[in-house]
Amino acid sequence: MSSRDEVLGRVRRALADVPGGERPERVPVRRDYRRVHGSRTAEETVELLAENLADYRAVVHRSDTEGLAVLIRTLLARRGARTVAVPQGLEPWWMAAADAALVEDRAATTARELDTVDSVVTGCAVAVAETGTLVLDAGPDQGRRRITLVPDHHLCVVRVPDQVVGSVPEALARLDPRRPLTWISGPSATSDIELDRVEGVHGPRTLEVILLTGGGAGPLPSR
Amino acid sequence: MNGAYLGMPAFPRAAAAATRDGRLRANLTHATHTIRDKRARAVAELDDWAQLRAAGAAVKDRTLRHLDHYLEQLEAAVTAAGGQVHWAADAEEANRIVTELVRETGEREVVKVKSMATQEIGLNEALAEAGIRAYETDLAELIVQLGNDLPSHILVPAIHRNRSEIRDIFLAEMGRWGRPAPEGLSDSPAELAEAARLHLREKFLSAKVAISGANFMVAETGTLVVVESEGNGRMCLTLPETLISVVGIEKTVPTWQDLEIFLQLLPRSSTAERMNPYTSTWTGTTDGDGPGTFHLVLLDNGRTDTLADTVGRQALRCIRCSACLNVCPVYERAGGHAYGSPYPGPIGAILTPQLRGVEGALESSLPYASSLCGACYEVCPVAIDIPEVLVHLRERVVEGGEVTRRGTRAVLRPARGHAAERAAMRAAGWVFDRPGVLRAGMRLAARTRRLHPRRLPGPGRAWSQTRELPAVPAESFRDWWQRTRGTGTESARQGGEGT
Ligand code: SF4
Repeated sequence: MSSRDEVLGRVRRALADVPGGERPERVPVRRDYRRVHGSRTAEETVELLAENLADYRAVVHRSDTEGLAVLIRTLLARRGARTVAVPQGLEPWWMAAADAALVEDRAATTARELDTVDSVVTGCAVAVAETGTLVLDAGPDQGRRRITLVPDHHLCVVRVPDQVVGSVPEALARLDPRRPLTWISGPSATSDIELDRVEGVHGPRTLEVILLTGGGAGPLPSR
Repeated sequence: MNGAYLGMPAFPRAAAAATRDGRLRANLTHATHTIRDKRARAVAELDDWAQLRAAGAAVKDRTLRHLDHYLEQLEAAVTAAGGQVHWAADAEEANRIVTELVRETGEREVVKVKSMATQEIGLNEALAEAGIRAYETDLAELIVQLGNDLPSHILVPAIHRNRSEIRDIFLAEMGRWGRPAPEGLSDSPAELAEAARLHLREKFLSAKVAISGANFMVAETGTLVVVESEGNGRMCLTLPETLISVVGIEKTVPTWQDLEIFLQLLPRSSTAERMNPYTSTWTGTTDGDGPGTFHLVLLDNGRTDTLADTVGRQALRCIRCSACLNVCPVYERAGGHAYGSPYPGPIGAILTPQLRGVEGALESSLPYASSLCGACYEVCPVAIDIPEVLVHLRERVVEGGEVTRRGTRAVLRPARGHAAERAAMRAAGWVFDRPGVLRAGMRLAARTRRLHPRRLPGPGRAWSQTRELPAVPAESFRDWWQRTRGTGTESARQGGEGT
């Protein structure tokens, strides 16, 4: 007998007390918990996101479409970033003012090459206000999972209010499980040594978030 | 290499030694109190905690009652998404499968994400025998591994170590495993974390094979979920070419939507955060992003035997949050090692004897490693009635009865006479001999009374001879909690659910 049959056989024998005709859905699960905690306007939800991001030691900035390219340049310059990883589908105008050399995310790039990169700039799929979480789904403006992992500085642009949801249940409903997802709440951290929290062990030690108002369209190409 | 838990002395002896260790107790007391106070605040933020908790328990019950259905669904979904599924009836088989899979890659080194399932089966030791080196990459697990030591807490496995000990371990051992610790390393947590970052980065950047566990597996979609803080998980899950995940069959949940319950319950119960820094989900393989080969090893190793016990089955709901450890007066004094398995504290006291059977000295004493105060049940995010299972297992030890071992029904003889007394009462005596442990919260429900001896043999004798054992306290657990430890909000929130 294969181990598969062995294990499944054991499961079935172990469940002798479950009536033969019982369908899984007959075991009641009451979903009377909240879809979202409290009622907020869209602006308040964005405010809560900003608060919770900051509470988890992410650095929060705000911008409109006009100011974004300059803000990105400023933040990268402040870090002294000379090389910046960018997903292939990142809106080119976001990086239009940056001085740093751009390293495009490619399958052929090795992890060691990425390790020499100073910063990474991405968009996101969804942000969760109640928990201060950014979710990346490897979409065109977010790139492969590793580009937001290996460099030490991650700059993430969230379009508000469109990409912001209130709660975890609302976020899951928007996400596609077939895509690889990375949920990020503040920078990498450990509390393993005497429960002292230390930021940054393996993931980026600095997480900066730009809350971008003004919808998806950038400045007109002519500008 | 890590020492093995097998061969550990039975609970009372190990616990007695641990209690004499003043520093260990101080570390543990600080850790457990800090975490549980923070946790109460994190839980209090959600006014639907009771509903989430009930839903979490119900989803797990649904899964367990139809586990064959969900496992088949999971297997089909993982396979359709490009993964390969393997089934392991026991530890030996799981180790053989993983060893073989690593051999096929031609690699001699693997990086590992912290995983209790692989500790349970002794995978690192099995790989070492096959000439394969497994590197633990979680900071605490690294400390444990370099110190040739055993984890002592689910969430903070190296909590029994102080910063100066950690520095000494890093200085002495890192060089033997890879990049040495920087000279002049101080014992500041930031510097120690930096040393670990540099030491491990070399491994991450060159590793071709990674081994992980998973917090959840979604049957409907074939998605696996790993919840972590440091990013070592993300490194292992995305950089190597081959990923092998070893996961207990009970980690299954039916639907994608069900994660909305557990991704709220787990972080707040575990690290007392609204959300842990990183959560990764993956479904099979993704072209050009992450490992090109994904193997899922579904592990039984006593879980189906546990499933066969209609009272003990609820232990399989456990999401390994460690909340029960941090409120347990016995764990606080005994430390994690005394439980003789990767599962310490109240959950270990009910899980280990079920996974391994109650015949051994350690296993038969574990159901007594408790004051039955009920604090573990009150905090458990999936409402496992740990005291109920403890009492049930005590009955099994003392009275024997029908059990399932490796899938086969067997009748366990009552551990009569000396054996019963020794197994049961030494541990009970250890607890009862420490009025502090007892006072920390009595919850002797009427149904448990007959299992409490009037007089205790062994170390408890002197104490019990002069007085009757305490009766069911007049004060309810909830009131006691509120008065002594609780924040008020939490007990009010969870009130009404206690038995
Ligand atoms: S038994 Fe409950 S409280 Fe303890 S680790 Fe498991 S889920 Fe958490």
